[in-house]
Amino acid sequence: MEYFLNEQQKTVKSLARMVAEQRILPVRAELDEKEEFPWDLIGEMANSDLMRIFIPEKYEGLGGGCLDLCLVVEELSRVCGGIAISYGANALGALALINYGTEEQKGKYLPDIAAGRRLTAFALTESTAGSDAANIRTVATREKGGYLINGTKQFITNGGEAEIYTIIAMTDPAKGSRGASALIVEKNTPGFSFGKKEKKMGIRSSATRELIFRDCRVPEENIIGREGLGFIIAIRTLDRSRPGVGAQAVGIAQGALEAAVDYARQRIQFGHPISSIQAVQHMLADMATELEAARALVYAVAKTIDAGAKSFTEEAAMAKVFATDMAMKVTTDAVQILGGAGYMRDYPVEKMMRDAKITQIYEGANQVIRNTIALELLKRKGRQE
Amino acid sequence: MNVVVCIKQVPGKIKIEIDPQTNTLIRGGSDNTINPFDMYALEEGIRLKERYQGKVIVISMGPPQVEGTLREAVALGADEAILLSDPVFEGSDTWATSYVLSKGLMKLGQFDIVLCGRQSIDGETGQVGPQLAELMGLPFVSYVSKVEEMRDGQMKMQRMVEEGHQLIEMTLPGVISVVKEINVPRLPSLRGLMQSKKARITVWAAQELGVDVSKVGLSGSPTQIVKVFYPQRIRQVELLQGSVESQVNQLIEKLRETKVL
Repeated sequence: MEYFLNEQQKTVKSLARMVAEQRILPVRAELDEKEEFPWDLIGEMANSDLMRIFIPEKYEGLGGGCLDLCLVVEELSRVCGGIAISYGANALGALALINYGTEEQKGKYLPDIAAGRRLTAFALTESTAGSDAANIRTVATREKGGYLINGTKQFITNGGEAEIYTIIAMTDPAKGSRGASALIVEKNTPGFSFGKKEKKMGIRSSATRELIFRDCRVPEENIIGREGLGFIIAIRTLDRSRPGVGAQAVGIAQGALEAAVDYARQRIQFGHPISSIQAVQHMLADMATELEAARALVYAVAKTIDAGAKSFTEEAAMAKVFATDMAMKVTTDAVQILGGAGYMRDYPVEKMMRDAKITQIYEGANQVIRNTIALELLKRKGRQE
Repeated sequence: MNVVVCIKQVPGKIKIEIDPQTNTLIRGGSDNTINPFDMYALEEGIRLKERYQGKVIVISMGPPQVEGTLREAVALGADEAILLSDPVFEGSDTWATSYVLSKGLMKLGQFDIVLCGRQSIDGETGQVGPQLAELMGLPFVSYVSKVEEMRDGQMKMQRMVEEGHQLIEMTLPGVISVVKEINVPRLPSLRGLMQSKKARITVWAAQELGVDVSKVGLSGSPTQIVKVFYPQRIRQVELLQGSVESQVNQLIEKLRETKVL
């Protein structure tokens, strides 16, 4: 479908596809198998300016919006969801800085992020605070000139590999979610260490680790926004990043659909390619239709955000939940069409199915996201009465 | 330091059509790309620029649509692009092409090194590099697999030979052709791609180059392609009948008849 992308967006999309096909495709199976963080590919993406896309021009970026970012994530995900999330999590870590950081913070960190010299990560989740994000236990105690951080963050994408961390910690635990603050912590800060690398079902080339803070001191200029804004910053940042997860799902599903179509045309059963069987055709038709609907929704929400909409919590949630449920279904059907071959790791679709699963879980489990959508819907009705 | 890289536009797809009149490739399709071997020359040129400062100038002879290929080179890091284009050049063989390129380089004037790919993937002659050097009266080294250094008007490099490498020093300016072992070409950057859309491509025609038109084009080329043909496949199939034992006996008999055994 024609989405009337502008000249830069078309160029971004084709460049991301070139990087994905020429550099990621040859190594994706190996990186998945070995669970290796793709530092070489991070370098390639940086050289191609892909890290600059979401950074404002003032800080050596290219000033692209949510849609530009979605296009890159989609194209990378079409080939490998794991590498795409390493890229996407880097953008997520930078988003809070871009939208809520001071001039000094932006000037200090964004040019490095744009050049790909340093990666970022965003840390909200804890063992007691997943969907219940307000139940954060990590504390940042005010002391002279800064904060003393104690606690553990869990399942942090790019953990250990990133050098700049945006973390959410309680500066005033008595106030509940209004006592949370967002802070920047740099790797190698004394008292800041990493737990073991998690072994995952999918997106295995991405790195996921615990962040451990034991009397970790950061200067007061590392606070993003001001004290007490942490929860709002986290929620708003996730609103901006959720279309990106939708784009990841669209990309993974696109890769799976293409693999299923190719296979259906080649696989001969009963003397004919299985693509001539109507049962298979209908599966492919449903996969393509749902995929295109998800893409249209993701792009529309991204354009809404780029146009400067004030509130887009509901729309971003819809793009995330619809696209990721679609990706789970499409990748499962792709495995079904490839049959026994699809279940084997020699073919790419079982990886796509494993990669798709996480998109329903992270950046808000789809059930919690549905709560968000329903809440917005009911609030609106309530206001009308 | 001025680095010149000669590039050629080649068909991007395997499907190739030959003009039945001239027996030369039909160049005009939209799916064209930089000759893959020239990508290594371009990459090496850009690396030399990054190492020693200066600029990279890409030059190509061909029809107007080669402009697109030159823009690809600009996206990768070339600073200037020159297209030698004139209807009279059409059908030029490698010698006539080398002649036109040499005229382009003479008009350009100042340069330190000219890089070419070892050969094109369509014509596959590998002649343009050495012919160009000959016409310009410059030294030439082929199959360069590593540039060690450029210093004091000299270039030290490795040349790939069948079993090993030669270490060669050449006085600059000179011409080299490179092999794919020399580097891994980079991908374009987004900024490069955006810049390349706006880049100015210089176009020089026969008159501006001072080209003797009797020496170019199909009629001016010393070689002519007389015939292009696909090798005929002659296969005869004979199916042997009978039991396995009798088939084996028949087969042995046939092999003896044809003196294979």
